[in-house]
Amino acid sequence: MDTKGIAFKYPDNVDTDVIIPARYLNTSNASELSIHCMEDIDKDFVKKVTAGDVIVAGWNFGCGSSREHAPLVIKTCGVGCVIAKSFARIFYRNAINIGLPILECEEAAEEIANGDEISVDFNTGEIYNITKNKTYKAQPFPPFIQNIIKCGGLMASVKESEEKL
Amino acid sequence: MGMTLTQKILAAHAGLDTVTAGQLIEADLDVILGNDITTPVAINEFNKAGFKNVCNNDKIAIVLDHFVPNKDIKAAEQSKVCRNFVKKQEIKYFFDVGKMGIEHALLPEQGIVTIGDCVIGADSHTCTYGALGAFSTGVGSTDMAYAMATGKTWFKVPAALKFELKGSLPKNCSGKDVILTIIGMIGVDGALYKSMEFVGDGVKSLSMDDRFCICNMAIEAGAKNGIFPVDDITLKYVKNREQHNSVVYTADDDAVYDESYVINLEDITPTVACPHLPENTKPASSLNDIKIDQVVIGSCTNGRMEDMEATYKVLKGKKVADGVRCIIIPATMEILRECVERGYYTAFIDAGAVVSTPTCGPCLGGYMGILAAGEKCIATTNRNFVGRMGHPESEVYLASPYTAAASAITGYITEFKED
Repeated sequence: MDTKGIAFKYPDNVDTDVIIPARYLNTSNASELSIHCMEDIDKDFVKKVTAGDVIVAGWNFGCGSSREHAPLVIKTCGVGCVIAKSFARIFYRNAINIGLPILECEEAAEEIANGDEISVDFNTGEIYNITKNKTYKAQPFPPFIQNIIKCGGLMASVKESEEKL
Repeated sequence: MGMTLTQKILAAHAGLDTVTAGQLIEADLDVILGNDITTPVAINEFNKAGFKNVCNNDKIAIVLDHFVPNKDIKAAEQSKVCRNFVKKQEIKYFFDVGKMGIEHALLPEQGIVTIGDCVIGADSHTCTYGALGAFSTGVGSTDMAYAMATGKTWFKVPAALKFELKGSLPKNCSGKDVILTIIGMIGVDGALYKSMEFVGDGVKSLSMDDRFCICNMAIEAGAKNGIFPVDDITLKYVKNREQHNSVVYTADDDAVYDESYVINLEDITPTVACPHLPENTKPASSLNDIKIDQVVIGSCTNGRMEDMEATYKVLKGKKVADGVRCIIIPATMEILRECVERGYYTAFIDAGAVVSTPTCGPCLGGYMGILAAGEKCIATTNRNFVGRMGHPESEVYLASPYTAAASAITGYITEFKED
């Protein structure tokens, strides 16, 4: 379970209102919402992003509202991983619950530049900057969290474990 | 090692004698909350996982408050999903148009949350109920779905920051100025993952409405929760309201705090958070040259009765400045009725303001006061992020009802001074 793609770099305190503005939240349809992902800080994001790409940001990524729509639209856009110096706590919880891989790594978040090609190994927590030929180490998720992400979210993993019983 | 008030409540709800910061626990929940934006996502997750029935339908509260009366067809469809679910699952606490209010003003008012509770809500401002000496925190829709199915959720026990409040506030200040000052001091991630514990002899000088406002914005410092100790003011508030029994917990004397701050309430001044982060605080008196287009007084932060009183005190017999749109939104139907009965409603209209039925509406840029490019608004709401109240090139300044109402009269950001 890995991802490989281009880095989209953002500053500190990226809030859920810019990830998905509330003016669109009269629906909870993820693909309908995802065309507005990041639009208030980066109009071109949805045009450029392709499957496997990586969002790289500073401190407190995902601060603000509890809207699960925020990690959901990022995942629906094809983003394979969000790397930040830190995450706001509700976003952190929501990202795991909906199966969006996220990694905290200050050094990687600092040094990766917009447009760098990045690959991430979720088992080891290794972030490899292909463009700069440099490797960073983040704390990998424990197996049960990796399983949630692999199943596509908490509820899907609950369902899967029930079916195994 | 002693426990903080938050840790005491979490330990009790996890069936443990003690817990320590960083420990993962599973806790029983007293109340599970959702609104018209987050509940449809939770219902979808609930159904997807194959659950048939909620675990405890008398512990679930669903409040349609963000986009009601429904602003458009899509919003109406979302509310309909909630209404159908509530009917099917026989959810006890359901609030629709006519009964509804902004969830975090409504639940305490109706006694649905009370002292000592452990609460999660699929809304980030669920941390408001810490004012009652309860543990409450915001979560996402999947957590809400899991909690509806099991009655439980998992938590990482938070470490704590202590805020010792001393003295009492100047007359033209309120809880809003206290919490804006604190966020300005520690930053929007200053309390990340932690609890903000408010203590000290200054607590008794703060009303319940002040305490609700302070805990409401704990999330704006990144906190997991904010919490006040229980005193006579809390006990009086819940008396004749609470719908289930309260349990009073107290912090241990030797509780451990990561950091401690002393806040002299006498030194608080009317404070404004400038765009585009709640930590960008400045004294209201230093912003007299900021011309405003709109004023919003309301929200889960400042739509309570004392906020209406403060607004009335400033606006009565005065006129809203030409070119300023002043929107006042009492947070619940009970508060709206009280505004009518006390004559505030008429005074607001006479001043040239408009009064809405309860809604979160403009606070999150939903409807009822959206800003155009280049417009500026002073609001008693809780967030001033880019695009929060409308166009990405509009600006929101966060302030207390005193400051917002005084600014409505002059058309510029203005500190309220009593005549």
